Amino acid sequence: MNKNKVLYSGAIILAVTLTAALLVALVLFAIGASPLETYKTILTGPLSDLFGVTEVLVRSVPLLLVGLGIAISFRSGILNIGAEGQIQMGVIASTAMALAMPHAPKAILLPATLMAGALAGALWGGIAGWLKARLQVNEILSTVMLNYIAAQVYTFMLRGPMLDPTELETGSGTPQSMRLPESVFLDQLIPGTRIHAGLILALVAAVLVWMLLWKTTLGYRMRAAGAGAKAARYAGVPVERYLIVAMLLAGGFAGLAGAVEVTGVHHRAIEGISSGYGFAGIVVALFGALHPGGIVPSAVFFGVLLIGADMTQRSAAVPANMVLVLQGVIILSIVSAQSFLRNPYAQERFFRWLARFSAASTKAGKGAKS
Amino acid sequence: MSGGLMLYNVLCLAVPFSVALLLAALGENFNQRAGVFNLGCDGIMCMGAFLGFMVPFTLKGGPWAAYGNLLGIGAALAVGAAMGVVFALVTVTFRASQGIAGIGLQMLGWGLAGTLFRHFVGGVTGVEGMAAIAIPGLSRIPFLGGVLFNHNALTYTALLLVPACWFLLYKTPWGLKVRAVGTHPRAADTMGIHVDRIRYQALMLGGAMAGLAGAYLSLCQAKMFSDDLVAGRGFIAVALVYFGRWSPLGILGGALLFSIAQSFQLSMQVWGIKFPYEFAVMLPYVLVIVVLAVARKARQLGPTDLGKPYNREMRF
Repeated sequence: MNKNKVLYSGAIILAVTLTAALLVALVLFAIGASPLETYKTILTGPLSDLFGVTEVLVRSVPLLLVGLGIAISFRSGILNIGAEGQIQMGVIASTAMALAMPHAPKAILLPATLMAGALAGALWGGIAGWLKARLQVNEILSTVMLNYIAAQVYTFMLRGPMLDPTELETGSGTPQSMRLPESVFLDQLIPGTRIHAGLILALVAAVLVWMLLWKTTLGYRMRAAGAGAKAARYAGVPVERYLIVAMLLAGGFAGLAGAVEVTGVHHRAIEGISSGYGFAGIVVALFGALHPGGIVPSAVFFGVLLIGADMTQRSAAVPANMVLVLQGVIILSIVSAQSFLRNPYAQERFFRWLARFSAASTKAGKGAKS
Repeated sequence: MSGGLMLYNVLCLAVPFSVALLLAALGENFNQRAGVFNLGCDGIMCMGAFLGFMVPFTLKGGPWAAYGNLLGIGAALAVGAAMGVVFALVTVTFRASQGIAGIGLQMLGWGLAGTLFRHFVGGVTGVEGMAAIAIPGLSRIPFLGGVLFNHNALTYTALLLVPACWFLLYKTPWGLKVRAVGTHPRAADTMGIHVDRIRYQALMLGGAMAGLAGAYLSLCQAKMFSDDLVAGRGFIAVALVYFGRWSPLGILGGALLFSIAQSFQLSMQVWGIKFPYEFAVMLPYVLVIVVLAVARKARQLGPTDLGKPYNREMRF
């Protein structure tokens, strides 16, 4: 990449961020909140103390895992919108696994639990992949539908077969599963906070995804299938097979995120456990340019946003749904900007404009001196 | 209960259920015919539902109260058209990837409706909504009268829109242009049709109809607003367009199929046939996937340039 291109990309990213921030500021203004105050709370509030920082990291773990999976699927040319449902499936399977053998030693139980979550998510994502590859069902529609279906399966499981028996006895009726055995908890990294070993797992996963996509034949073929299905097929890549593999992997990462949430944070399956990580993960992946190197900081950034949005709900009475607005605006801005990034003519125009601008400003500067 | 009465009950429920899907899918049909795949339909419906509820809710008790519903519908149409323009800006002018952009618009509409609702209303509140108007004479026809001619004004509008959309699409110059820019934009461009302008217009019309569909949900069906009121109906509408093979009549058939399935499931609960509630709710979503798998062969009947941004400067 030459210097001009980096400069151009930087300018575009800056423009995207500013546009998104401005549009959301309009909404904030409309509901009578001060945009500047709200942004200040969102961006600095969560980072004001150590606990806040660890909470941000706790949120960024599932975001990172989901974002990595989504990056794999987007790179392979299949748009996985179904992470939300895949997370819930992962939660069900991992909870069931941990509760099925509560007395097993940690060395067996913890990996088995995480694997169960990843497997369930992979299967749930694989359905959409198979439907796309074999029956040409639009993957966006099928994954969205699978989200709604998974949400119903999840409530059914929590209110029926997996409901904590003590809830029935006390009659409080909170739909949640039994508490998991302690041997399956992920270790705390800093005592007194909620930050857990899932962070390390997620970072390792980021490196593995980078290696998979850019250093292996499988990854190369998947990216080829995504970049140009026709050309890839012509070169002998069985595109359909890689679509299924991509969805299995994407679902697997989302399911793993669910399992990590259960074993690391909540220690039981509760209602609303995924709390929008599946949708936020799409934005994380796009914001990170579908590259693990970008997704790691992007996940942390969105962790800040999620915590910050919770804080504004308490302090500035800005509803937390605002995060969805922000995410929507960011997606629209990013996809709009991509057309500028890909367009060499726009880049040329930008530099001509820049040259004229700098010439004019130096002339003005000279004029001011004399 | 006799079989005839059961069928009558199912159909009486099914017609109102089909309206929101029908309106949204007829609108989406214009988008797709013009070559743009608008998945943001669901988000537009959320905003339409919110404004359809919000306007009469605010006007309640004031001098304008009598026009509340009408103004609410107008606001829903306007916000739908405006969001259509936003989507057109992103996908037509900036030529963004339509699938992801649609998801972005959906999040935006869903989040915005929820945010504004929490801020301005807060809790669950009902509105009076629109009353049913029995058409004199026709509503007394046995069987058909109750099924077809005893609904609110929006239901009649939606049913009349089916032939109207067919006429607009197949019998007017504008409809021909819409189909041309979705099938072969370069040829259309060569013939002097402004591809981008037609796509903007189609997206505005489609957005307005999705907004109307949302207003129907809040004003007529639920008579209230909540975050999950739309519950993915926008996505179902998109699937219905595939199922209906991009023809208004086919879409009507698909919408009726879905609503009959839904009302049958509700009726079964009334009749005392027990199965877990959650499985009943997931039924339409499963049906969508099945429908998409079955309708896959119809793809060649659809607009051939669906989902492809048109770039005038591109050379082959």
